[in-house]
Amino acid sequence: MKPAHEVTDAKSWRGARSPLDVARIREDFPILKRQVHGKPLVYLDNAATGQKPQVVIDAVNRYYATENSNIHRGIHFLSEIATADYEESRAKVKRFLNASDTGEIIFVRGTTEGINLVAQSYGRRFVKQGDEILISAMEHHSNIVPWQILCEQVGARLRVVPMNHDGELLIEEYERLLNDRTKLVSVAHVSNALGTVNPVKQLVEMAHRRKIPVLLDGAQAAPHMKVDVQELGCDFYAFSGHKLFGPTGIGILYGKSKHLEAMPPYQGGGDMISLVTFEKTHYNILPYKFEAGTPHIAGGVGLGAAVDYLSGIGLEAVTAYEKELLAYATEALCTVQGLRIIGTAKEKAAVLSFVLDGVHPHDIGTVLDQEGVAIRAGHHCAMPVMQRFGVPATARASFAFYNTKEEVDVLVRAVHKVLKVFR
Amino acid sequence: MSELSDLYQEVILDHNKSPRNFHKLEGATRTAEGYNPLCGDKVTVYIKLEGGVIKEISFEGSGCAISKASASMMTDSLKGKTLAEAEGLFEAVHKMLKGEMDSDADLLGIGKLAVLSGVCNFPARVKCASLSWHTFRAALQGGGGMTSTE
Ligand SMILES: Cc1ncc(COP(=O)(O)O)c(C=O)c1O
Repeated sequence: MKPAHEVTDAKSWRGARSPLDVARIREDFPILKRQVHGKPLVYLDNAATGQKPQVVIDAVNRYYATENSNIHRGIHFLSEIATADYEESRAKVKRFLNASDTGEIIFVRGTTEGINLVAQSYGRRFVKQGDEILISAMEHHSNIVPWQILCEQVGARLRVVPMNHDGELLIEEYERLLNDRTKLVSVAHVSNALGTVNPVKQLVEMAHRRKIPVLLDGAQAAPHMKVDVQELGCDFYAFSGHKLFGPTGIGILYGKSKHLEAMPPYQGGGDMISLVTFEKTHYNILPYKFEAGTPHIAGGVGLGAAVDYLSGIGLEAVTAYEKELLAYATEALCTVQGLRIIGTAKEKAAVLSFVLDGVHPHDIGTVLDQEGVAIRAGHHCAMPVMQRFGVPATARASFAFYNTKEEVDVLVRAVHKVLKVFR
Repeated sequence: MSELSDLYQEVILDHNKSPRNFHKLEGATRTAEGYNPLCGDKVTVYIKLEGGVIKEISFEGSGCAISKASASMMTDSLKGKTLAEAEGLFEAVHKMLKGEMDSDADLLGIGKLAVLSGVCNFPARVKCASLSWHTFRAALQGGGGMTSTE
């Protein structure tokens, strides 16, 4: 692989729109070589977590094997190189999101912690009794519950933008729901249960006309499309490292400096202070004000490697390829008798939620698993979405750039096997 | 290797398609709701107790083939049993689903329910099969609250 700095520039990739060399890419992922129940693994649960390329595994290994030490506090050699590596990862993420400053990149555990941080820090400072928080009907529980907790704490009200039967947000309703009491909008960039890509730039503009800040839950977007936080104009953006082919336990919260400066710390402890006496504590500068305690250093280093890897492949190529896979899989699955796709938005990421007449998604999952096909069956941490579509659960195949059309064929054959068992 | 056909035996598929005692029970003296948050399976168990005997038992709910068939077979096998017999059956089923049956003789003791013994080779599905049994027990113990597999 080329070093990332040669290829992170999106413009240089526009010319190189050649289709991905998926066969070669698959060589980068050791797990894709394994068998499950005696069959080659067909991993179609990428919305749950992404697989890790060898470069990420190596980065984590290398950190523990050659650099392990605590950061920001040692004056010894190891601590210096570990600190430099960890901070270099932050700089990589800054470039990846096109943030304007590394102080705007906060390491967190994942999307969930990023959202909770905003709810508890920004929310508790700026949201008051009678105020409103606006989310959408397609949110993951991690973009619902933190707001419910906040609303309970401050006496605010949670309001929900409805969607149509294709799983698209109703923009007129969104417009109608934005009002003087709205203190924050928090919506998914891409829905994990439906695949819908929301028109987030438009949503941000509409909220900003009323000076309402917007948090985007980028858990399902950042691994699959170019995200430019300045272009989107969002105030906060959260994503998880593990879905972006990096380690678990690490993620990013981007926040505009002007907000982060005004927000109180989320947790107290070491690293987030500049001076402590028993009378008063002075908080550290951004982003450290929000990073109390020893962080997941290896995770941060691994995430940096993942960002490099993904940028090296090129997100435009990834998006284009996954779109092709989605079209192919949608067409193939639609030929299955009694199969209904849940989530048919015009703008979709490569997520295919479906139900089969007379067969519970859990049973689909078990049969597919026996064929080596890993999908998710359940409510996808989005129970309100299931209720909206009147199903207890769905089966969900979700794709990444290392998946192939041949794997889609295996999926479709396995779904036919489900029919054979149950009909 | 565990075979699909061990899990989805004909009897199970049949109970899934046409579950027995699948209705609300008027005049139930005990009821409880069970829920498996992992997959969204829901079951409500109704019991009519008379003098320590399960006079009638039924269930409602939605779920996968395993949970539905297990609930259906449970109601079939518990009807007419005394509370002590029911408790014995609960323990035996529990053991079977965990794969802790010592011998085929053990399996004989639970009769038709033995078709569910394949479930123990599919760890992700054990809770599907045990949901109705846990809910049954919660109904007996009263409280009428929500039972969860988690
Ligand atoms: C849309 C969305 N938001 C938030 C999350 C939560 O991410 P994590 O569990 O990594 O914090 C997920 C993960 O499933 C998701 O798909």
